[in-house]
Amino acid sequence: MTAGPATLDAPSSRRRAGAGLRGMETADVDRDERLALMRTGELGSVHSWELVTAVDGPGTRLTVFLSGCPLRCLYCHNPDTLAMKDGEPVLAEDLLARVARYRGIFAATGGGITLSGGEVLMQPAFAARVLRGAKELGVHTTLDTSGFLGANATDAMLDDTDLVLLDIKAGDEETYRRVTGRSLAPTLRFGRHLAERGVRVWVRFVLVPGLTDDPRQVGLVADHAAAIEAVRPGTVERVEVLPFHQMARDKWAELGRTYELADTPPPTAAATEAVREVFRSRGLTTY
Amino acid sequence: MTTDAVSATIDTTTSTAWRGFAPGPWCDEVDVRDFLQRNYAPYEGDASFLAGPTERTTGVWSRLSAMFPAERAKGVHDVDPHTPAGITAHGPGYIDADAELIVGLQTDAPLKRAIMPNGGWRMVAGALKTYGYPVDEDLEKFFTTHRKTHNQAVFDVYPPAVRAARSSHLITGLPDAYGRGRIIGDYRRVALYGVDRLIEAKKVDKLLLDTEPFSERVAQEREEHAEQIRALGELKEMAASYGYDVSGPATNAREAVQWLYFGFLAAVKEQNGAAMSLGRTSTFLDVYLDRDLRAGVIDESRAQELMDDFVIKLRIVRFLRTPEYDALFSGDPTWVTETIGGMGSDGRPLVTKNSFRMLQTLYNLGPAPEPNMTVFWSDRLPAGFKDFCAQVSIDTSAVQYESDDEIRAAWGDDAGIACCVSPMAIGKQMQFFGARVNLAKALLYAINGGRDEITGAQVSPAFPPVTPGLALDYEDVRDRFDRTMDWLAETYVEALNCIHWSHDKYAYERLEMALHDREVLRTMACGIAGLAVAADSLSAIRYATVTPVLDDRGVVVDYVTDGDWPAYGNDDDRVDDIAVELVESFMAKVRRHRTYRDAVPTQSVLTITSNVVYGKATGNTPDGRRAGEPFSPGANPMNGRDTHGMLASALSVAKLPYAQAQDGISLTNTVVPAGLGRTRDEQVGNLVGLLDASFGAGGYHMNVNVLVRETLTDAMEHPEKYPQLTIRVSGYAVNFVRLTREQQLDVLSRTFHGEL
Repeated sequence: MTAGPATLDAPSSRRRAGAGLRGMETADVDRDERLALMRTGELGSVHSWELVTAVDGPGTRLTVFLSGCPLRCLYCHNPDTLAMKDGEPVLAEDLLARVARYRGIFAATGGGITLSGGEVLMQPAFAARVLRGAKELGVHTTLDTSGFLGANATDAMLDDTDLVLLDIKAGDEETYRRVTGRSLAPTLRFGRHLAERGVRVWVRFVLVPGLTDDPRQVGLVADHAAAIEAVRPGTVERVEVLPFHQMARDKWAELGRTYELADTPPPTAAATEAVREVFRSRGLTTY
Repeated sequence: MTTDAVSATIDTTTSTAWRGFAPGPWCDEVDVRDFLQRNYAPYEGDASFLAGPTERTTGVWSRLSAMFPAERAKGVHDVDPHTPAGITAHGPGYIDADAELIVGLQTDAPLKRAIMPNGGWRMVAGALKTYGYPVDEDLEKFFTTHRKTHNQAVFDVYPPAVRAARSSHLITGLPDAYGRGRIIGDYRRVALYGVDRLIEAKKVDKLLLDTEPFSERVAQEREEHAEQIRALGELKEMAASYGYDVSGPATNAREAVQWLYFGFLAAVKEQNGAAMSLGRTSTFLDVYLDRDLRAGVIDESRAQELMDDFVIKLRIVRFLRTPEYDALFSGDPTWVTETIGGMGSDGRPLVTKNSFRMLQTLYNLGPAPEPNMTVFWSDRLPAGFKDFCAQVSIDTSAVQYESDDEIRAAWGDDAGIACCVSPMAIGKQMQFFGARVNLAKALLYAINGGRDEITGAQVSPAFPPVTPGLALDYEDVRDRFDRTMDWLAETYVEALNCIHWSHDKYAYERLEMALHDREVLRTMACGIAGLAVAADSLSAIRYATVTPVLDDRGVVVDYVTDGDWPAYGNDDDRVDDIAVELVESFMAKVRRHRTYRDAVPTQSVLTITSNVVYGKATGNTPDGRRAGEPFSPGANPMNGRDTHGMLASALSVAKLPYAQAQDGISLTNTVVPAGLGRTRDEQVGNLVGLLDASFGAGGYHMNVNVLVRETLTDAMEHPEKYPQLTIRVSGYAVNFVRLTREQQLDVLSRTFHGEL
């Protein structure tokens, strides 16, 4: 596999909207040192953390949103995580200190840590360092990724990954490019690779009226999910069809970015359920 | 009775009422816990054995439910304005005499409220006028001329400092015009021993007092014992009016429920306490139900029916109150708190099938705020029970949880909750309820050198105010706050001493105390409100730049805050430590003062629904909260500032040390169903995990609401569609549609965790 187009950009510690980094130390080092530490994986650009239940993997999880993403999804609900330079510099050891602090909680709830973003594989060295540290603490690990930079996930990193939440954002190259500005192939390649290596996967698909709800699209995405499952049965533990929502509209406005979906309504409950049925018809457990 | 006669009674008792029970010390002295430990059967299974409602149950409940809309519209269904309440004041009353299994009402008709003038006549007269009832002139004359009330006595003894702190709303909600409540009679004693045995035991106690030489304490206790014995006699008389002889112990399950309920009924006939809690009764009753079930005398459906009928009665306890009272404690709560579950000191769960049945009433009768279902949570509880509790929470939002481990360690394994979060060993401990002080407002006094930020009046001792134009200095403000709290603690304890001295004298809870041991542990239950506002304000002063804004009176009325500061509720030690320090330091200050009857000082971090009223009485605060905005409830972080998830929020609150807040620390959480999982099983599993995690981290209490915001907004528009919509507010539950609009908006503004 070749390395993806991830380039490191040092976070500049600006004030952000959203959940934030309360209680987590931010590193006090200059820009050059930051870049050096980022290359070794000792430092990451982090947007925020949150203790969440039932949304980013099993149980109650420490979800850490990393800054920086190569995709430009029209429906992005975390547009404030797009630029790596906008994150806060956080040392892996400080993040792991918080993971250690929540070990009891992960044990009680069947949870763990989820690295999300932005795109976690923009910062593969940092992700690998954190995942390794979490496994050393005996904590369940999850990556939430588009898979576009799957090539950045080394075998060692995947050995430390218990679950991948894999977003398949569209069914063919043309639509995928319209939704994200990038190519679909790396995601599908990454999905197969995960199955071959025995990493569990939850496939996610965001249902956006007028963008991803064409029945042919939906059928193709379901086929892709089924194809990953076919590589090694049991790989795709579940599919989550996520109805598009408008909660990010204000974030786009605050960032001064043009939001093409400003007038797009969320799908109806019936439409969402119908799409779930398509996945179920492929033998996949779908919510 | 002669000694021979007593032994003869015990022999018959053993062969009839106590047949099959394992004997022990409980046979010779009043000791319900010993009886329980020797006789209860822990249940480790799941909820599959439970029975639904019978036609009879549904019939009785429908008849009552039909009366609720009119009551909600008018505020009360009916009032008896002429009969001062008492255990025997009203003749028997029924909902449906032929259908009821468990009988007894507070007055002679369901939902008809009694007047209870011993607390204070003004409260009675005010309530009667509010609801359009005549004020009985003879009674008015009697209670204002011939018979002194608690309210009158308190104001005879309040010193000026207390009056000032009270009228400036620094100390609010004091039980100086209404019954203090929060005393739990051990109503189980009535069922296990019968009233005659209890009277005999009290007579022995009184004999002991008679041998002690006179002192004010001894005379007070002698008089109280005489009153207790009198009240027990009236309890027998009241039961007899319903055709029951409770002089002997209950002989079967139905009698056990009935006897226990008569005990509780006598208490709520006489006392309009701020909380009239039931105790820890379901596992006790299981012993009787289990005996009858094993003997084939009843089946599961009948066992459930008895509990359903019991709970119907507990749901319709009513008191006559004023609008001012309702503003403090919204939704007409009575806090008939029932403690369920928990672990015994010997490691066996105190969960029985009847713990399940008690919760099952929320399905059989639909959700309701009363009785206040309180589960003592421990990670060692049986999995089947944990799952059922979580399921009931998800379906009804009507359950609160308290830390079994903390409470057992402090007060033993036969403790129950009075009101919302106040633990006490049943029958062995009572509290002097002390409402709370407004810590956020006290901080403003510190900044203003003791002047009120709204009226400008000098309330607390004067010292130089902060320097105009200069940013506030954390150390300086902290030091001022410390001095203000010194004065506040002193004034507050003084107020409580006055109140409880007077309450004992003029509105003594004779029946409830008759169901206590002679030696009781008394706590002086202080409380603080506005903790999150005070902690966040201090955090802002410490980590950002806060510049005071003065008006032309020279009073600081606003603040300009520049920069970022950590907010309480995000598991961030920088600010959570400030909250911890405030709790510890105020408790230490309270402990310095002498208390009435040498009560042990404790405090709670609880607001009930008074967070709205406290907020209204408090000006702009340095955390950016605007004047008049509600505080967060209890120990909750401020609404919307806990951005790192429900558990992070709970972990901040869990840092508050129970040892410095032994009257309880309240946390109310709302989570949307999808925030708990995709499937029913997942939601149940995740809620169990959250409870385990929160209590495992040292959490003391959690109210769990599982709701979507849209349900509440729709209920505001169409209350008629949601007569039973129950939500947990702050240590208790309410019918959402019975809250004031202001309170409803406050609930809506709270953080809904897991909302996209």
